[in-house]
Amino acid sequence: MANKFFVAASPHIHSPQSTQSLMRDVLIALVPAFSLSLLIYGLDVLRVTAIAVVSCVLVEYLIQRFLFKGANTVKNLSAVLTGVLLAFNLPSDIPWWIIVIGAVVAIGVAKMTFGGLGRNPFNPALVGRVFLLIAYPVQMTSFPKPISPEYVDAFAGATPLAAVKAQAVEVGDVNLLAMLQGVMPGSFGEIGALALLCGGLYMLWRRVITWHIPVAVLGSMAVFAFIVALTQGGGALMYELPAFHLLAGGAMLGAIFMATDYVTSPMTAKGMLIYGVGIGVITMIIRQWGAYPEGMSFAILLMNSVTPLINKYVKPKRFGIMTTK
Amino acid sequence: MKTFPIGGVHPSDNKQWSNTKPIEVLELPDVVNIPLGQHIGAPATAKVAKGDKVLTGQLIAEATGFMSANIHSPISGTVTAVDMQVNGQGMRQMMITIKREGDEWLPEIDRTTEIKRECNLDSAAIIAKIKEAGIVGMGGATFPTHVKLSIPNGCKAEYLIINGVECEPYLTSDHRTMLERGEELLVGVEILKKALGVEKAVIGVENNKPDAIAHLNKLIKQGKYAVTVEPLKVQYPQGGEKQLIAAITGREVPPPPGLPIHVGAVVCNASTTVAVYDAVQKNKPLIERVVTITGKELKQPRNLLTRMGTPISKLVEMAGGLPEGDVKVVNGGPMMGRPMINIDSPVTKGCSGVTVYSGKEAHRVEVESCIKCAKCVSACPMGLEPYLIIRLTQKQMWEQLEAEYITNCIECGCCQYSCPAGLSLLDYVRLGKSTVMGIIRARAAANAAK
Amino acid sequence: MTVLLSTILTLSLLGILAAVILYFVAQKFKVEEDPRIDEVEKMLPGANCGGCGFAGCRAMAEAMVLRDDISALYCPVGGAECMKSMASYLGKVAPEKEPTVATVRCGGTCAKRPRNNTYNGAKSCAVASTVYVGETACAYGCLGYGDCVDACAFDAIHVNPETGIAEVDADKCTACGACVKACPKGIIELRKKWPKNRAIYVSCVSKDKGAVTMKACKAGCIGCGKCAKVCAFGAITVENGLAYIDPQKCKLCRKCVNECPTGAIVLKNMEPLPKEPKAPAAKPAAPAAKPAETAKAAEPAKPAVAEKKESVNEQK
Repeated sequence: MANKFFVAASPHIHSPQSTQSLMRDVLIALVPAFSLSLLIYGLDVLRVTAIAVVSCVLVEYLIQRFLFKGANTVKNLSAVLTGVLLAFNLPSDIPWWIIVIGAVVAIGVAKMTFGGLGRNPFNPALVGRVFLLIAYPVQMTSFPKPISPEYVDAFAGATPLAAVKAQAVEVGDVNLLAMLQGVMPGSFGEIGALALLCGGLYMLWRRVITWHIPVAVLGSMAVFAFIVALTQGGGALMYELPAFHLLAGGAMLGAIFMATDYVTSPMTAKGMLIYGVGIGVITMIIRQWGAYPEGMSFAILLMNSVTPLINKYVKPKRFGIMTTK
Repeated sequence: MKTFPIGGVHPSDNKQWSNTKPIEVLELPDVVNIPLGQHIGAPATAKVAKGDKVLTGQLIAEATGFMSANIHSPISGTVTAVDMQVNGQGMRQMMITIKREGDEWLPEIDRTTEIKRECNLDSAAIIAKIKEAGIVGMGGATFPTHVKLSIPNGCKAEYLIINGVECEPYLTSDHRTMLERGEELLVGVEILKKALGVEKAVIGVENNKPDAIAHLNKLIKQGKYAVTVEPLKVQYPQGGEKQLIAAITGREVPPPPGLPIHVGAVVCNASTTVAVYDAVQKNKPLIERVVTITGKELKQPRNLLTRMGTPISKLVEMAGGLPEGDVKVVNGGPMMGRPMINIDSPVTKGCSGVTVYSGKEAHRVEVESCIKCAKCVSACPMGLEPYLIIRLTQKQMWEQLEAEYITNCIECGCCQYSCPAGLSLLDYVRLGKSTVMGIIRARAAANAAK
Repeated sequence: MTVLLSTILTLSLLGILAAVILYFVAQKFKVEEDPRIDEVEKMLPGANCGGCGFAGCRAMAEAMVLRDDISALYCPVGGAECMKSMASYLGKVAPEKEPTVATVRCGGTCAKRPRNNTYNGAKSCAVASTVYVGETACAYGCLGYGDCVDACAFDAIHVNPETGIAEVDADKCTACGACVKACPKGIIELRKKWPKNRAIYVSCVSKDKGAVTMKACKAGCIGCGKCAKVCAFGAITVENGLAYIDPQKCKLCRKCVNECPTGAIVLKNMEPLPKEPKAPAAKPAAPAAKPAETAKAAEPAKPAVAEKKESVNEQK
């Protein structure tokens, strides 16, 4: 048989990265944090994650199949990732039906109503989480005590942020090392700053994300906290407060995994920095003066809404065009 | 190590398939087809007719105006046709067909391999000789070299940059040329320096060719040539003219109609420089070149010294024939080469390689929806936003495209290479660019008419 | 209770204040516009297709009202009736234009024009046509990636998956000309629309020489000129190896259809003339070379490229 010639314009080779491989890498990067949560909170973590993933995938499949009548998009793993991230933002003892509602909101409302992957203006997992936070505030903010033996109850079952906000503990008394290791109450995925950082490094090494967003978010939070500490008299607080804020709540999970979501973050390096600083500052404003102890989710969603504007006005450095002229 | 300022990608270069294969002389073809338009600018005008006898190296088509190039017969024999023939892309193009009878060269061409270093010609005479020999950029752009060397009024050349980067993956023809004809290359550099009247000459070589860098440095030391070799970081498109100038001089060429000479640089490909040596010192016109034939499933990838007009199928045959199953044959490298459907089409002046892709490689990856990952933006060496450009192209918003500097695109393919969704970014960018260029030209013509 | 009251009061006051400001601003910046523009816009079909050359129906309506001479304006979607009603409303003279329909002039179906390679770049005719000749050896024919389909606002043109060629639904077509502009090969033409969608046209735009065309496609026009000779109205011209039927001169007599050796002349919604028995006397009318060419057409036409490829494999 004669050879059949195939034709397409250049380039004729393609990088090994695909949507699926990127999503897979993010999932791999979440493994350390997940294992840590299993250790600290037990098998409930597995239950919550499984329910969230299955319901996210199912909702995506059903909508794609029966409403869009389009190709099966489950295999690109984006729904799986949304499920895992949603689960990471939940307490480990949350009832199963709340998880399913969260999944329906995340995929059905925040993602598919806009046309599916790549078109949603807001991070689906965060929309799901914030919806649940507003609809079921009690279930969403009561966290089980870690089953890990090293755990010493310093916060009376509340997250460190909530405890500090309620002035139950002083920032200076908090065991920062325990927070770094993740031995504290909270949504099971957001504890364990060290494990999350490892995931972030893996993603940087695999070129899944660039450094801009995480560094901008965490950096601006640290600077903000530093200034706050300065106004409160300085001293040891000047390094304790920034460290506390970086380790507490959803700072790490948000900065490394949530804010870096491709679809809802800006396209240029400069834009990413602006976006990251915006998230950091809004988070700190909410934490410092807002009604909620934690502001990461709100900050990311707020900055998501600014992303199109940033894309329109922040352009990359063009080759051969002198900006000074 | 120096490199260009923004963007770029790192495809696996796969040069190991052919970079150790010495240049072999391909046996002469029985029939050659010489396209009249194988360079940028106006096609040449045929000077022979059916039935004419020609010698190797004889002028068969003359440059039509300044922006054009002479074409010489690569073999001796009889002209059998001057007619439309099917080219590699299946389009019909005017070609001169010559049937070979022996290999009788024009007597004035010096065919010895002895190095001739002294050149007593002045700048104008050198450029005239280069023009006479029909030399064009052999890296693939096929820009007539004599046009490049003719510095427009008000500009001054400061740097001569020799492009030995060969950033295009797979290809090794420049690499082998630098290794095997290094001495000629260095004499060619001296001739070009004289033609331009510049002091500084730099040979840019990507760092994945340490043997070429060492070899050239050795020759420079031995022969006391006033030229430096600059090892460059391995990053595509390091060999793009604008990228290379930025890497070596730190200056950025402004968008079209900006030219390299506006920042005082003239870039010349390594193989072209050797051709300049041949033309000026040996009276030999551009009738043969080194072509790399390579591909993952080819039995014998090679570097072949090929006469112009040789059917590409002959090279494929030398490499062991096409692999079974689906294939894609590309004239050029994997990032910028043109796909072919007719492999009997001829080797031309700009054909630095023929690459063959088989099986899965012959197909494009599956297209998914854009996830706005920004990889195209960070990969673009020109600081453009490909994701936005293709959206504007599909909506035919030409004014906005112009404002987004689409004309600055060098069509290097970094965006599409890096797109995880497998979008046909470059296809649409190219379409948008050519449309916008057409609009700009029409506007310029309208303004000129006023 | 006082909180509630004060809230209601403040908000009401704010609302009233805003309303007053808005009223004055609206008065001050009021744009005086000819009210007839609105009326004319209502009469237009509202397709906003751009077939008239304006950005939308509103712009067309403005031009209708503001220009004294409207003979250059025409809404292809609304047609003569729409133009007449608008002209009578404005007291102007409506331009006369006979209705036209988009016609795809390519007969190179998958069966008649073999594919010798597979294109898997961006599915766009404009892109593919800049890359190379296309999946067949014909450089002029329909590529079938549907740029015209995307351009059509009326769902009137579709690529038939069996033939690989775009087909026009004459009843839906409004002759806005969007597809004509979208086609990079210039295959689509707006031709006179006959009653019952009857049509006769040369379904080929190949300017290649006869032998080349024949190799690439069994349904191509080879420029033999037989049709031009038989036409009693001088409607058919042959230039650059391509016959063209002038829709203004053609009377649908159908004589040319039977003459065409390749079937490139297409007859739509009409019965063909009964075939005359080929009298030997008819032969001398054609030049001597032509019968040989026709005979070649009967052979299975292989594209040039495919043949060459096979020869490569034999050498292996």
